[in-house]
Amino acid sequence: MLSLRTWILGVKSLLLHPMRSALTILGIFIGVASVIWLLAIGEGISQQAQKQIEDLGAENIIIRSIKPPDTSSGSVTQIEAFGVRRAEMRTIQNTIPTISGVVPVRELKQKFIYAGNQNATPVDGRLVGCSPEYADVTQLKVARGHFITSREVDTKESVCVIAGVLAQKLFPSEDPLNKAILLPEKSEYFKVVGVLEPRNATAAIGGSLSAQDFSLDLYIPITTMRAKMTDIERKRTSGGIQMSEFELSQVTIVVDDPENVPRTAKLVEATLMAKDERRQDISVIVPYELLEQAKTTRLMFMMFMGLIAAISLIVGGIGIMNIMLATVTERTREIGIRRALGGKRSDITNQFLVETISLSVVGGLCGILIGLLCPVSIEIARNIFREVRPDLYAGLPEAAKVMTPQIVPMSIPLAFSISVIVGVLFGLYPAMRAAKMDPIEALRHE
Amino acid sequence: MATDSTTKLAASIRDFTKHYVLKSETVKALRGVSFDIPEGDYVAIMGPSGSGKSTLLNLLGCLDRPTGGSFILGGDDVAQMSDDELSGIRASRIGFVFQSYNLIPQLTVVENIEVPLYYMGRLNRESRKRSIALAHMVGLGERLDHRPTQLSGGQQQRVAIARSLVNDPYFILADEATGNLDTATTEEILAIFQRLNDEGRTIIMVTHEDEVAEYAKRIIRLRDGEVQLDEPIANRQTFSAEQIATISRDAEIKDEEDN
Repeated sequence: MLSLRTWILGVKSLLLHPMRSALTILGIFIGVASVIWLLAIGEGISQQAQKQIEDLGAENIIIRSIKPPDTSSGSVTQIEAFGVRRAEMRTIQNTIPTISGVVPVRELKQKFIYAGNQNATPVDGRLVGCSPEYADVTQLKVARGHFITSREVDTKESVCVIAGVLAQKLFPSEDPLNKAILLPEKSEYFKVVGVLEPRNATAAIGGSLSAQDFSLDLYIPITTMRAKMTDIERKRTSGGIQMSEFELSQVTIVVDDPENVPRTAKLVEATLMAKDERRQDISVIVPYELLEQAKTTRLMFMMFMGLIAAISLIVGGIGIMNIMLATVTERTREIGIRRALGGKRSDITNQFLVETISLSVVGGLCGILIGLLCPVSIEIARNIFREVRPDLYAGLPEAAKVMTPQIVPMSIPLAFSISVIVGVLFGLYPAMRAAKMDPIEALRHE
Repeated sequence: MATDSTTKLAASIRDFTKHYVLKSETVKALRGVSFDIPEGDYVAIMGPSGSGKSTLLNLLGCLDRPTGGSFILGGDDVAQMSDDELSGIRASRIGFVFQSYNLIPQLTVVENIEVPLYYMGRLNRESRKRSIALAHMVGLGERLDHRPTQLSGGQQQRVAIARSLVNDPYFILADEATGNLDTATTEEILAIFQRLNDEGRTIIMVTHEDEVAEYAKRIIRLRDGEVQLDEPIANRQTFSAEQIATISRDAEIKDEEDN
């Protein structure tokens, strides 16, 4: 007999103890809200991570050179070449059919200065020798002028394309296009042929790829780089001159189809490791695999978040059960009266179930409401934090600053149905206990 | 007592026995009790503690099942019915009046009167009218929306009486209905009972007070689980029609004063 009247009666009974009911609702409310919040935050974080990996290109394989730890002592200059070789790159390109392109890159830390104002303080940046395709694989966008062209690569032109931020630093008040940039350490000049739009830095991914900041880059043709900088790099240190030799910093391999990425990656690794299986001076990063990994991680993360939320819901449910058991004892006499006046056991069960379900549904609805406010409230909290304690805010990890919670649509019906189920499950025992009472005993109860 | 064969029986019990098993010991609370309650009867069931009075009350109220014997109520033997069936019988055929009123605190006067109908699934606009009429009859027509806590003991008991009538029962079962009330209020309630009986209602009243029992027509005295005495009350106390009218009116006036 779950008529409207039963519900009205249930709500009336709950309103007899408004404080108690409110506290019970709070338990479920927190549970449901935390389901939605945790899932939304989890989704936000994992989407962010996924996006970072996708930025690397799902169809790419990245080979990076790793500088081995410096073993030479003092001023002894024993050069040992490291990293991926041009010859290896060509072998890979020519022998693996699923590869549609290779993009070599060589990076050097350099100081830059505007040739027209040589008294200015040199700006620290990164000199990147690359081919025209580099703009595509790293999603660089040209604001003005053009990126390195094939012709410039072929003819080893002394031209450069400058990153937006670096351009502002070097040319605070002038148009950089067609101006010359001087590398004071190398005494080399480059003509600016293009300016890039600012690009967000990529975050480090799982230790295999360090974070990359593209804001202070100067791009030159890879051939020009080789011709002018050679493969040997000298650096003055306090102990003397440190030398290192490497041909390429990175090779980005573009695979024709994302499905072929795992196979191709295996072949690439096999080629690179052909001579030395324990080669330490390169690392092969497969964003596609990272993406797959991230998806698994995401699933585990969501399960973990879900578990925490489920625990809080169970705690809320136990709260309901606790209060209902107390209520049943307290209302023993009422149960006796109702039984005497013709209430069946099932009527009594229903009556108490209606009460617990009402509590949990109200709790669930409030929880959903607050749950939906998650993105807004996180934004507000972040802003307040930034205003009140800018020093602490600056120390927050990047993920905490930019993460936007994504409400998982499924989490709303999920949280709601869980709250109803919790209400039924945890209400069932007290309700059945109420129904099992002997009406004679119950009537005698003071 | 001799049963008039022409009058219909409200209830009839035959060879009622009730045994309680306590550990190894069996307590025989009722050892074969038989009597008929004709329609329109007004019976006082009396007996000292341990006489089986409470046990008989529970059985008559269909709150419990006898170990043996039959209980014909409205043509059906209810003695061995299932728990749910007994609930249905309680809702539709018996009117309870308890010592401690036993109103449901979160319900109003009318809603309390309606509870048996609710369990019969017979709540509708018609039944609401009937409940209101009953509230008027017991002098609480102006207090339909009051909660039990806002009423005096006598008023609560009158609500309980209205409630016991709402399902048009075979008999009203009053368990020490005046036990918690002062003398004046006791008379008030007894006057209402007499009026109902005069109108043809069957009343079974369990009491230990002789003064209360004297208002009944017939007395059944239990001792050690058996009927010791079953006879009409010779010098029955009654209220005159004027008294009933006065008490009813007084009750209503007192309601006014309570406001």
